[in-house]
Amino acid sequence: MTHAGIPRHGLALLGALLAALIVAPHFVNDYLLTVLILILYFAYTGQAWNIMMGFAGQLSLGHALYVGLGAYTAATLYVHFGFGPWIGLLAAVPVAMACGAIIGFLAFRFGVAGVYFAILTIAFAEFARIGFDHIAYTGGSGGLFLPVAQYTQNDLWNLRGKPIMFYYLMLAFTAAAFLLCQYLLRSRMGYFWQAIREDEEAARALGIDTFRYKMFAVMISAGMTAVAGVFFAFYYNNLFPEQVFHISRSIELILAPIIGGIGTLFGPILGAFVLTGLSEAMTELLHTLGIDVPGAKQVFYGVCLLVVVLALPDGIWPWFARRLGLARS
Amino acid sequence: MSAFFSIAGVSKRFRGLVAVDCVSCEVAKGEIFAVIGPNGAGKTTLFSMIAGALKPDEGEIMFGHERIDGLRPDEVCRRGVARTFQIVRPFPALTVEDNVMVGALLRTSDTARARETAHDVLRRLDLFDKRQREARSLTLPDRKRLEVARALATAPQLLLLDEVMAGLRPTETDRMVAILRELNAQGLTILLIEHVMRAVMALANRVLVLHHGAPIALGSPAEVTREPAVIESYLGAEAV
Amino acid sequence: MPLDIYLNVGVSGLLTGLVYGLMALGLSVIFGVVRVVNFAHGEMMTIAMYLAIVAFQAFKLDPLVMMVPIAGVLFALGYVMQAGLINPFVDRPEHSQFMLLVAIAIIMVNVLLLVFGPDARSVQTPYAFDSFAFGRIIVDATKVYAGLAAIVVAAALFAFFRFSDIGKAIRACADNYTGALVVGLNVKHLYALTFGIGAACVGAAGAMLVLLIDVTPPLGPQYTLLAFVIVITGGLGSMPGALVGGVLIGLTEALAGLLFTPSAKSMFAFAILVLVLLFRPQGILGKRAS
Repeated sequence: MTHAGIPRHGLALLGALLAALIVAPHFVNDYLLTVLILILYFAYTGQAWNIMMGFAGQLSLGHALYVGLGAYTAATLYVHFGFGPWIGLLAAVPVAMACGAIIGFLAFRFGVAGVYFAILTIAFAEFARIGFDHIAYTGGSGGLFLPVAQYTQNDLWNLRGKPIMFYYLMLAFTAAAFLLCQYLLRSRMGYFWQAIREDEEAARALGIDTFRYKMFAVMISAGMTAVAGVFFAFYYNNLFPEQVFHISRSIELILAPIIGGIGTLFGPILGAFVLTGLSEAMTELLHTLGIDVPGAKQVFYGVCLLVVVLALPDGIWPWFARRLGLARS
Repeated sequence: MSAFFSIAGVSKRFRGLVAVDCVSCEVAKGEIFAVIGPNGAGKTTLFSMIAGALKPDEGEIMFGHERIDGLRPDEVCRRGVARTFQIVRPFPALTVEDNVMVGALLRTSDTARARETAHDVLRRLDLFDKRQREARSLTLPDRKRLEVARALATAPQLLLLDEVMAGLRPTETDRMVAILRELNAQGLTILLIEHVMRAVMALANRVLVLHHGAPIALGSPAEVTREPAVIESYLGAEAV
Repeated sequence: MPLDIYLNVGVSGLLTGLVYGLMALGLSVIFGVVRVVNFAHGEMMTIAMYLAIVAFQAFKLDPLVMMVPIAGVLFALGYVMQAGLINPFVDRPEHSQFMLLVAIAIIMVNVLLLVFGPDARSVQTPYAFDSFAFGRIIVDATKVYAGLAAIVVAAALFAFFRFSDIGKAIRACADNYTGALVVGLNVKHLYALTFGIGAACVGAAGAMLVLLIDVTPPLGPQYTLLAFVIVITGGLGSMPGALVGGVLIGLTEALAGLLFTPSAKSMFAFAILVLVLLFRPQGILGKRAS
């Protein structure tokens, strides 16, 4: 699970996957396109979360906070001031990074670590969930709605348009995230992060200012996640604090990287494909079997999750990679 | 005239228990200085205070012209004092090479340069052939050498070794002694805690003996092992 | 606002808080000994609540009477969970444990959804609308009974851990895992017992809580969170701490609901949590971790 460069046939496979994803919209129906968008969304957020957890070892269970902050910041700027999402992004990312910095500072300065740190992150997300219910300016509990109309053209500047535009946007984000993660992992900071993850005290004994690098991890992760939030706002066009900041969002977000393989580069992406694919397959299966009871699909989903957690504790990707002869990363 | 490294009147109490009791000594540049004593004598506590993991209740620790007591562990390391742990702490999921690179990256932000430094150090510690193996797959003697290699990669001027011989068989002990002698010959000052007298006699220029946190003898290995107080408290009559 | 209203709300909050405290006690016991974060805690309580509802609707049995059998069922569930699934995960990193219990929680919630449907259910005992008057204070009978039951169960638990051999063995495991192994204690079995006991607590708490609130399948997660807030606030490793924390949170909730909007009441609980984590991580009654 170290930085190592990607072997050549790994690059070839990656290229093939990318090519497949680029041409995919022409071969799938509208519904499957939305599924693919969802997969890429989780692949992106999973990678962002993976930086904090997989690289630097800090367990955040409240990452929905950053999605929500990003979403609300950009949406508010659009609804109240007409600023497009790309401008909104310039505000959303610093807001999320600042929030991450506050949480990180409080936690790391006061020695809040491990499970307690995770609970702290949950507390902040819950705080936001309840708090935003009471902020009338952003719509309160009734929600914030972005104006939607029938668009004949894809407006990339305002992100108004057909799903296919969102698809390519998310694909670009996911690919960019992958490159960024690869760069970070191989950099000095990446090494320091992994050292901190493996043994923070030993890392300190080697001269690493662990506070500083943990802060970087939290802030970078938060900022990246906020971008997903901006996407979320302009794709779904409505935001409710109860949904956006809910702990279920935080858990959804981390399923893919944990199942896929924490700390690896490809784990979060593979995890997103497997989990969403599984979920869709379940829906299809139950539909054909005529079982239409609420909860049935989720039970199967939970069981599959359980099986993977028990059988492949390091995640699917390390196991899969060994099969493909791509031993590292 | 300030010594290369000095401890002056350092004490540490843990809620009524005196772990280190007014210890003073000076270490000259290029020396190999050993600290010995029975278990619970305060040796590791002393080391922890030097390395910055603990703060002394009293006293000063000087490295060169600078006071280093009370600094954080990473600050101490950056100033040129590196340490190993009594119970080795490799980064288990990282390779041997990556482990040492983490140390090397203290002095350079260029990963290629760091890798070169790491390879250099690994060759000196006889671990170069195992550089791609995960640290958790190493045997204890290899882990001990990895621990030393990693600390060395931070380019220290003073190296603190905490019972680096513990658990090694005599042949491995001799190997480690040879490596440390060579490093010392190349200019590294070494401060070591040791129980393995064979290594202490072979390496140390001077020895400090602690008992119940207080110094009871200071001198060359030969002098110290003849002191009655030392024999009584630690060595036992047979050792002499 | 007249003092009477504060007192009424306060006492009400206190009694509810005792039930919360019992629920949190279960979590404290589990986390304190097995060191596993039971993210399915609230879901286990929801199961207990539904069991109580079934017993009531089918056999007209009062939940407080059913408390013991329900606790027994939950004990068995907890024991099997720990012995069968969780034991291998005790040494694994936190995120692995978390995922395991999240998966279990997902299964639990959705099985309940499958079986009982999404509509809210509740129990209406004959005394549901009764109240007691203590001077100027009027309290619901259900809250008084629930609060008293919580105290009784908690006291029984304290006695168990203090005086029984098994209780002492479990405390030994918590204090010193290696030492316990060396002395020959069957740690795996004791862990499973402990998880069972924690589950039984939460089962009893559920039987009491069903008198006070309506149940829906997704009720669990907020109570898991609440249990964590209480355990951390009251002090990990301190059983009285869980009750103290429960009462504190119960009071806070009640008063916050009175003084501010009801929906904001959890915010205060979380604010307390953050403050405790930062400034007094061992909690009100906890001991500093070694």
